[in-house]
Amino acid sequence: MKYIDEYRDGAAARRLADQIARITTRPWTLMEICGGQTHSIVRFGIDQLLPDAITLVHGPGCPVCVTPLEMIDRAIAIAGRPDVTFCSFGDMLRVPGSHDDLLSVKAQGGDVRIVYSPLDAVQIAAKNPEREVVFFAVGFETTAPANAMAVYQAHQRGLTNFSMLISHVLVPPAMEAILAAPGNRVQGFLAAGHVCAVMGVAEYEPLAEKYDVPIVVTGFEPVDLLGGVYLCVKQLEEGRAEVENAYQRAVPSAGNVPAQDLMREVFQVIPRKWRGIGQIPHSGLGLAPAYAAYDAEQRFGVDALHVEESPECISGLVLQGRKKPPDCPAFATRCTPEHPLGATMVSSEGACAAYYRYRKRAALA
Amino acid sequence: MPPVSDFTLACPIPISDYPHVLLAHGSGGRLMHDLIARMFAAGFDGLGLDAAHDAAVVPVDGTRLAVTTDSFVVHPLQFPGGDIGSLAVYGTVNDLAMSGAQPRYLSVGFILEEGLPMETLWQIVCSMRDAAERAGVHIVTGDTKVVDKGSGDGCFINTTGLGTLAADRTIAPGAIQPGDAILVSGDLGRHGIAIMATREGLTFESAIESDAAPLHAVVRDLLDDGLDVRCLRDLTRGGLSSALNEIAEASGYELQVDERQIPVREDVRGACEMLGLDPLYVANEGRFVAFVPAAQAERALAVMQAHPVAEGARQIGTVGDDTEGDAVVTLTSSIGVERILDMLSGAQLPRIC
Repeated sequence: MKYIDEYRDGAAARRLADQIARITTRPWTLMEICGGQTHSIVRFGIDQLLPDAITLVHGPGCPVCVTPLEMIDRAIAIAGRPDVTFCSFGDMLRVPGSHDDLLSVKAQGGDVRIVYSPLDAVQIAAKNPEREVVFFAVGFETTAPANAMAVYQAHQRGLTNFSMLISHVLVPPAMEAILAAPGNRVQGFLAAGHVCAVMGVAEYEPLAEKYDVPIVVTGFEPVDLLGGVYLCVKQLEEGRAEVENAYQRAVPSAGNVPAQDLMREVFQVIPRKWRGIGQIPHSGLGLAPAYAAYDAEQRFGVDALHVEESPECISGLVLQGRKKPPDCPAFATRCTPEHPLGATMVSSEGACAAYYRYRKRAALA
Repeated sequence: MPPVSDFTLACPIPISDYPHVLLAHGSGGRLMHDLIARMFAAGFDGLGLDAAHDAAVVPVDGTRLAVTTDSFVVHPLQFPGGDIGSLAVYGTVNDLAMSGAQPRYLSVGFILEEGLPMETLWQIVCSMRDAAERAGVHIVTGDTKVVDKGSGDGCFINTTGLGTLAADRTIAPGAIQPGDAILVSGDLGRHGIAIMATREGLTFESAIESDAAPLHAVVRDLLDDGLDVRCLRDLTRGGLSSALNEIAEASGYELQVDERQIPVREDVRGACEMLGLDPLYVANEGRFVAFVPAAQAERALAVMQAHPVAEGARQIGTVGDDTEGDAVVTLTSSIGVERILDMLSGAQLPRIC
């Protein structure tokens, strides 16, 4: 398959790994931002091709993982209402809330539907004016434009029975929180290619400069990831800290300008709580005042809900690159995908879930 | 049958995890596996469920019969490459074939929803008739129930199959030996993607057709050729990954497969990439894995490739050593690094991004 096969080529991957080994003179710790990259690294075993001196730690870029537990509980509370049709991307459905998950709400008669696009939810609202249709808008800058478009279209069509439960987060503020935290060990970043395809690369320049850290925009296939590691290590070895684009086939430097315009029209930047990390200023999106009527939290009065997390879970440290999944005593024993204790085990793209799925045996040995 | 209180104690996991049945309990992954092991096997002691195989082999007056049953609840009822009728025949025929049996007779039970168009039902019946003829089985008895509108999904079908076993040989995970070759009969994932594309209104450059097909003839030829077939398993829900994990667990051996050898058609791979699915977990309805001694692998492949339903047959791996209880499937990734190929917990759900 074009654009896939050449980036999964074993010989090309090994050549890059050899090049990385040749230029590496001392230990470096790099973080890949995106959960899709983490998944790819563990699934293909990319880290095992790298020299021992290179450590990859896994970043906070898994939207399912960082969605706060109380947001899941809010979703469950709304989805259980008899007047509501609750629409979501598939992987949010099995994330456990405090007592239940959305699949169980469905099993008990709730109208919970998997959709492939938020615009499908708008369509459902238009066809079923007697139902309250709620879309669970989760994700980073990648999903934000389509979600903004859903609200925009609902507004244009005058749909009063459509709303969104929003848990949108932004990548650069989370990177800054990691870099500014005492004890940070991340020396270079592989930035999330798909986020940059929307937002462009400019917003990473101040971070690279302020924290003296190389940031390489990177794709998701083995050859992409190894190429990103190579450029990042090369910068570190040469004492440079620049923003480089190693994913030019998808990322123009300006990003997708019409998508950014739409996001700015519908959303505004607000503080958000990240599961496992906590509150980060300016790190999320909420509806702009002109579109506030589409906010499901307000509409259904679930905004006051707060819950406690398991004190045993170290997902906050995993999401900031301080610990790896097997460092946790609960990993694969008291914490499994069937019984997750926290953020990084709940989604298939979470670092703990990826280690559990692909490396359980090695991790426990 | 143990007393009710014992039965409750014997199956704490599915009940304590989920007080209600979830769709994921029927998806062929870990949840379904646990439900069968802890609920049904515990409840129906001694009915052959412990063989963890698609069909039970039972002794009858000195001969052996293979018997299996399967229910079909597919939505939509018709999809590219088949419909619920042909699926209901092939699914049961294939389960019989995987025990080495020659499929003979089927029963059919229909649960129809009030309001189902007669024309649709007639198309399903005709499709079953044609499929039975192709598979060489006779549909000899049946049953019909109708439920209120809203209580069904148009049409559910159950088929039970009877087959005869020629030779006194065991085709089961327990017969697998270290070093055996693992063969797959063709490209993976077409059925699951065809269903999903139709259900969700996804369109691709060309329609992806289900792989649904009867496998009894290719199995018969493998046996007639004198090959030492150790184990067969058709790949249905949960895909290759679930089948291999079940076999690893039942045999106690590590199974090693190579991702680079596993055939997946380009359009199926594209659809999977788009939807965030892994083709190794996607359902098939006309594919199986065969375990044969390594020295017979080439001959077995030649026999399989002579049939249109298995012309894409390939060796994808080998049986490793006894794992001493830690049953595992390992997969060498496309860049040559080894990892675990795990069974999914529930259904594969499309990802956010």
